[in-house]
Amino acid sequence: MRVIATYNIKGGVGKTTAAVNLGYLAAQDGLRTLLWDLDPQAAATYMLRVRPRVKGGGKALIRGTRPLDDAIKGTDFDRLDLLPGDFTYRNMDLLLDGAKNRVRRLSRLLGPLAADYDVVFLDCPPSVSLVSENVLQAAGLILVPLIPATLSLRTLDQLTGFVADVDGPRPDVLAFFSMVDRRKRIHREITARLPTERPDIAAAAIPALAVIERMAVERAPVPVFAPRNPAARCYRDLWEEVRKQAPE
Amino acid sequence: MEARSREYVLAESGPQPPGRVRDELATAFTVEEDPHATRLRRMWLDTFDWRLYRAGLTLQHVSERGTGELVLTGTGGQRLTAQTAPGARSRWPCPPGDLPPGPLRDRVAAVAGLRALLPAVSVISQVREVRLRNADDKTVARIFLDAMSLPVPGCAPIPARLAVAEVRGYAAPARRAERLLAGIAGVAPSRQTALEDALSAAGRHALDYSGKVDVALRPAMPGADAVRAILLQQLDNLEANVDGVLHDTDTEFLHDLRIAVRRTRSGLKLLGDVLPGELTLRFAAEFRWLGDMTTPLRDLDVHLLSLPPMAARLVAADPADVQPFLAYLARRRGAERRKLSRVLRSARFAATVGDWRKALLVPHDARRVSGGPPAAELAADRTRRAHRRVIKLGSAITASSPPESLHTLRKRCKDLRYVLEFFASLHDPRIYRAVLSDLKRLQDCLGGFQDSQVQREEIQSLAAAMLAQQAAPAPTLLAMGELAAQLGTCQREARAEFAERFAGFASPAGRRRMAALTAPDSA
Repeated sequence: MRVIATYNIKGGVGKTTAAVNLGYLAAQDGLRTLLWDLDPQAAATYMLRVRPRVKGGGKALIRGTRPLDDAIKGTDFDRLDLLPGDFTYRNMDLLLDGAKNRVRRLSRLLGPLAADYDVVFLDCPPSVSLVSENVLQAAGLILVPLIPATLSLRTLDQLTGFVADVDGPRPDVLAFFSMVDRRKRIHREITARLPTERPDIAAAAIPALAVIERMAVERAPVPVFAPRNPAARCYRDLWEEVRKQAPE
Repeated sequence: MEARSREYVLAESGPQPPGRVRDELATAFTVEEDPHATRLRRMWLDTFDWRLYRAGLTLQHVSERGTGELVLTGTGGQRLTAQTAPGARSRWPCPPGDLPPGPLRDRVAAVAGLRALLPAVSVISQVREVRLRNADDKTVARIFLDAMSLPVPGCAPIPARLAVAEVRGYAAPARRAERLLAGIAGVAPSRQTALEDALSAAGRHALDYSGKVDVALRPAMPGADAVRAILLQQLDNLEANVDGVLHDTDTEFLHDLRIAVRRTRSGLKLLGDVLPGELTLRFAAEFRWLGDMTTPLRDLDVHLLSLPPMAARLVAADPADVQPFLAYLARRRGAERRKLSRVLRSARFAATVGDWRKALLVPHDARRVSGGPPAAELAADRTRRAHRRVIKLGSAITASSPPESLHTLRKRCKDLRYVLEFFASLHDPRIYRAVLSDLKRLQDCLGGFQDSQVQREEIQSLAAAMLAQQAAPAPTLLAMGELAAQLGTCQREARAEFAERFAGFASPAGRRRMAALTAPDSA
């Protein structure tokens, strides 16, 4: 089972839209896919039309009184399941802090799902916290959306440093440019240059298009309601790169 | 991913869900129906003896516009799939090892063993999906309408099926849909699976063949009637396997055909006295001839099946050295198969099975002999006699007895096994299973002993024949020598185990079980 996390310290950079679209494309590729919406805002859950509620809340899941398996919901798409977000996830740091193996708890909880899923996407809240540490322990690949700006590299390097501090096997890091505005020269320059200079940046980039914002209106992945839109093609290209890189 | 699904049948067949179904579901859900049905061709596959069905598995090859998928379903709803190459439909029968690699093939192969997968029945299916949505416009249950028809005109219609598929995490809406369906006239929970419905329409039923003795006898029925019923089932089995042997579908067809012949011969020997004397005489000779005709091919099958695992255990020789031997055996097998095919297409074979059937079906009042003792009495008497013979022969075997004495005992054990199986329906099932288990342990040991000896001797004579034909390179002959040595070791091990196995069989507890089985009031 591959575990892929969409993560960035910053918010509003396209983590959730990437997780939903890539999760959908993985399922379309025949992989049994689970998306765990770890963000208390539950945007991914909303986009997939599932109610943002887990019985017993994050506490029951983290303490193991309710197995993850029980909380999973089928989406409208074959092979794509969702572990919904819940507002109680805002306290997840505290819950993890009180758990045994506090930095490996999420990894332990995911273990029993290995026979049911080929790939799990973790859609993470923006922060540097115990949740993030857990995500780095659980994931084989950290997928980092970056807005093409001068500070992007600094953000990526900070995150790579954070990953380097992980005990035990460290996840791979793959960044990709998100919200790319082709009208801006700096966006064009950065997205053209950096992927050729750094192997940890994907060649595929996600444009800043209204169709991606429309996901919250359509409540569906882009390839479902706008399959021929350039954004759908870009997510497909990104999925191809991710699929090649994500270790089992 | 759907979790559980429950199926219903509709009183009428057709590709559209009836309006009343749509209307009833619309009282609780937003109903969204696919405008087009998907047209599929479904072919259910199983072994000739229904090994998958018996194991609670259903294997379908589902094809749609040139693409194909194998779908294996368990009774618990577990599902494995594998894509097949375009045109795979025409590849049946197929050995399980030739399925696309993956968990599906592994599961099927573990159950099917040596048996090929054959089409059981094929249908054209028109599947239409109906999605049930909640207030968030989220799909919370799916309904599939499956209108099946046989691709042959004039066959019985197959009732259309509705399956309610639960979306994971949404059990309640699926239950609600089921409650709504339950209240609709003309919609009833299905009592049969889709496979069983399709088979019924094709005039077949599952488990219509079993290599086992399967005759329901009554204790008080005349013994002669019981014997005729037993022998008639063996004749059915013999004839059922002929096509599979002629087409070389898998090696188990010949194996089962030979067992039917052997059971017939044992039946004639042990029970034939309740039938007219001339019948026994004529057909004992004919079935002996038939059995003899099948032996060379079966021996070659046994070699070809057992050699690869034995070759993998070679120590001094290389497994590849055995290849010329395997190729030689395969050539000989081809020749022996042609010979046996001529036998099975011969007038003598046709007359033997045809006349035997006529003789067994002679109406009761036309028979010139009485019905003999009641079946239960006959069963107890012949089982006791067969058991006594085994005990007597086995007790006389010592460490210095020649191999022939064990071979003779093995034959008598087979007689006992067959007579037990013939009358199984008259016995207490618990005691019967225990007695059979005692006997099987002994038979396994004797079988290991004799098969090793026969195979070892054959390898020696085949080596001589290959040498004479200059078909044996020196490394192959050396490898054959090592194979013969392996068989010699197996034979010695079986011989060393014999005393303990026989003592177990002939133990006071074993004898008590046999006495209980054949007691006058046990049937």
